[in-house]
Amino acid sequence: MATVSLTVNGQSVTADVDPRTLLVQFLRDNLRLTGTHVGCDTSQCGACVVHLNGEAVKSCTTLAVQADAGVVTTIEGLAQGGELHPMQAAFREHHGLQCGYCTPGMIMSAVDIVNRKGPDLDEQTIRAELEGNLCRCTGYHNIVKAVAAGAQAMAEAPLQQAAE
Amino acid sequence: MTATGIGAPVRRKEDQRFVTGQGRYVDDFNRPGQAYAYFLRSPHAHAAIRSIDVGAAQTMPGALAVFTGDDLAADKIGGLICGWMIHSKDGTPMKAGPHPALAQGKVRYVGDHVAVVIAETLAQAKDAAEAIVVDYDVLPAVVDTAEAAKSSVQVHDVSPDNTVFNWHLGDKDATEAAFAKAKHVTKIDLVNNRLVPNPIEPRAALGEYDFGTDNYTLYTTSQNPHVARLVLSAFIGVAPEHKLRVIAPDVGGGFGSKIFIYAEETVCVWAAKKVKRPVKWTSDRTEAFLADAHGRDHVTHAEMATDENGKILGLRVHTTANLGAYLSTFSSSVPTYLYAPLLSGQYDIPAIYCEVDGVYTNTAPVDAYRGAGRPEATFVVERLVEKTARELKQDPAEFRRKNYITQFPHQTPVIMAYDTGDYAASLDKALELADYRNFQARKQESARRGKLRGLGFSSYIEACGIAPSQAVGSLGAGVGLWESAEVRVNPTGSVEVLTGSHSHGQGHETTFAQLVSDRLGIPIDQVSIVHGDTDKVQFGMGTYGSRSGAVGMSAIAKAIDKVIAKGRKVAAHVLEASEGDIEFKDGRFGVAGTDRSLAFGEVALQAYIAHKFSGQDLEPGLKEGAFYDPTNFTFPAGVHICEVEIDPDTGVTTIERWTAVDDFGVIINPMIVEGQVHGGIAQGVGQALLEGAVYDRSGQLVTASFNDYCMPRANDLPSFQVGMTVTPCPSNPLGIKGCGEAGAIAAPPAVINAITDALGHEDIAMPATPQAVWRAAQKARMPMAAE
Ligand code: FES
Ligand code: FES
Repeated sequence: MATVSLTVNGQSVTADVDPRTLLVQFLRDNLRLTGTHVGCDTSQCGACVVHLNGEAVKSCTTLAVQADAGVVTTIEGLAQGGELHPMQAAFREHHGLQCGYCTPGMIMSAVDIVNRKGPDLDEQTIRAELEGNLCRCTGYHNIVKAVAAGAQAMAEAPLQQAAE
Repeated sequence: MTATGIGAPVRRKEDQRFVTGQGRYVDDFNRPGQAYAYFLRSPHAHAAIRSIDVGAAQTMPGALAVFTGDDLAADKIGGLICGWMIHSKDGTPMKAGPHPALAQGKVRYVGDHVAVVIAETLAQAKDAAEAIVVDYDVLPAVVDTAEAAKSSVQVHDVSPDNTVFNWHLGDKDATEAAFAKAKHVTKIDLVNNRLVPNPIEPRAALGEYDFGTDNYTLYTTSQNPHVARLVLSAFIGVAPEHKLRVIAPDVGGGFGSKIFIYAEETVCVWAAKKVKRPVKWTSDRTEAFLADAHGRDHVTHAEMATDENGKILGLRVHTTANLGAYLSTFSSSVPTYLYAPLLSGQYDIPAIYCEVDGVYTNTAPVDAYRGAGRPEATFVVERLVEKTARELKQDPAEFRRKNYITQFPHQTPVIMAYDTGDYAASLDKALELADYRNFQARKQESARRGKLRGLGFSSYIEACGIAPSQAVGSLGAGVGLWESAEVRVNPTGSVEVLTGSHSHGQGHETTFAQLVSDRLGIPIDQVSIVHGDTDKVQFGMGTYGSRSGAVGMSAIAKAIDKVIAKGRKVAAHVLEASEGDIEFKDGRFGVAGTDRSLAFGEVALQAYIAHKFSGQDLEPGLKEGAFYDPTNFTFPAGVHICEVEIDPDTGVTTIERWTAVDDFGVIINPMIVEGQVHGGIAQGVGQALLEGAVYDRSGQLVTASFNDYCMPRANDLPSFQVGMTVTPCPSNPLGIKGCGEAGAIAAPPAVINAITDALGHEDIAMPATPQAVWRAAQKARMPMAAE
């Protein structure tokens, strides 16, 4: 057993885990944060994307012990004060989801794209940057629209962005 | 149109929970004391099992039990079933081999279920499974669709030549006669590549048994929980129907693959009682590739006869359909009655004859995948029509137009009676949106840059709104395909709708509520849609075949009509008027010709307090149910135009433009409908350019991960231009035709027609990977060069 201590969505957690425990298992099984999903076993689909120390990571390919002393934000931690994060609101507004299974990872990736690339994202950039996220439902058309709109909205709501 | 009524692009009610991570999928459920199942799967495509030694596995840390097929047999658990009987030409029933949930004596494909370990943790279950010793006598495998019937390898004892059925449809003599008088005959050989559905949520099952009440509960990733319950109880025999609750909560996509009743959920329910613990199984992606039912996998030769004016005279088709190692739940219907009846396409074809040989191979079972039979039919018709137009040197759009059906209703030679449509209207609109007029200029511009530009049409039709029960019964279906609904009005006037449809991405919580809001004149947030739980919804047939709008919502509409009728009786008592004078309009029950009226909610309250009428005159309460059985299939149709640019040096195909014009009849929510079109096109483009399940000669699936099986990603696709035309469907009360499968049906021939147009070369197989396109481009450049 290994001890991990980290901050998840603003809360400190400490637990003894089997050293082979993946971050996604730790989130889903230990913390019951089931918004982070698992869609593959080869680090290809991005359903599991969370932020670790402010950067997007695939939590299926990260050991819980690697996140020790880190700060993790999951989809459950994105909305602040009962208000949707601008990217969440954009996905709803632009019908960027159907079954919703890829959605938490998509949104966490999208926020990371904006953090890295800024709010003015053209279609080509968004499509290229979503390389690590699979969606089987939407054909990406509305996801691309949602990310572009969400990026703009994030620029207009800098406070919320900083809250992460 | 109100802001939330029929036709409004209402933002989805379900999205709040999905965008905040509060969706509840099967794997998100955990029951106290739950144990984990892990299936030991066959590493061989074909082998006899000499023995299975589970002794060491049973003593591994955390192992609770190890079960094999013998344990299921000892408990008289039956095999998995195929629910659609197909008869061969000679009248003999299809040859259905045994399909045990855990292998008995033999394994027939890589991934076949050999044994299950139940353990305290998943890791312990996996470790214990490694300690199971199976002595296999490995046999040669048959994997090739076209070769299966000639192979010396025999998959099932019941079928010495691996043939499940030799089926046919249409008038052979009339078709031969049509070909005899033809001026021109166009021939084509096509392979419809095998696909893996790959919803991003893998399948999962959580079984539970309550010793106090003798009740079983199964949480499962199902598109049709009631059908699952019926099959698990009446056919497989794991629990009596009234003692089994099946819950399909949020489900992360299905595309057909979650219709079927599989081994894993069967075993989880049964094992929960055996080990006296809830038992959970969640597929990993590799298992999904190996053991989810695959789609397509046809080999076809087809011929089209035309006269001197370019009118189509006849069509004859021979298809071999790979059904895999076992007959999955609806597998037999897919290459037969969901396929050949669509071979008339949008065209007036006097004579059609189609033969289909269904074959067994040592591969995963093949069943319905988005479109199910109809994409295969459309691929045949639209490739052949395009090729015919090219051979006759006619414009492919005008060749289609000349042959379109223009009079409705239209009886095709292959069962279907098309009720309505305006195919030329969709074509005109698509030509306009695609800027067809200027295509040649764009082609020349590409050529100046050394690129090859091509344009491909797909003028598809599908039969949806599945399906009139009597009709499908006469064709071999084991069930009726109606839908049920119950509309429960609460005393406060809010409404719960219980539906037998199931939403796994389609947005029913929104669209169904739009209908209720529209009809009852109440705010949409006063409406809840309840689905996916057999303890709540009495019965239902579920969601597939683009049926939830046309059939599921029609059932709701019927129940709403009954609610309004009852409401009028209540209002008549309260308003002291005669029932015949009560009108219901804009959410109010009023006395005609007066200003006396009651809001819907007031009538609901009066129905429950029952102070204004006696129990002899009227029953209290306001709750009505309905079963709706459609009178016909529905026939969504449209025109998709794909424009590609190919780099002949790399073989990379880029989709430059995608134009879709679809006629789905009346549309409830255009935002959601367009989303369905986008997703369908993406899957169709995936089939055409990227996806293909490949087995090697020994039966190993060499494309068993997202690293090896190329799923469409954002960068592989363009944005789509989507337009609509509307001819309301006359066969259901709402005029809906259905939209869920259209894109996947339309897209593959549009892409391949565009690529073959660009290359000037007809011989391109799907998926048209850069390598395949590059080879074809070289051939086109140097026609004399030996391959
Ligand atoms: S679960 Fe697929 S990338 Fe992590
Ligand atoms: S919304 Fe279903 S996988 Fe993306």
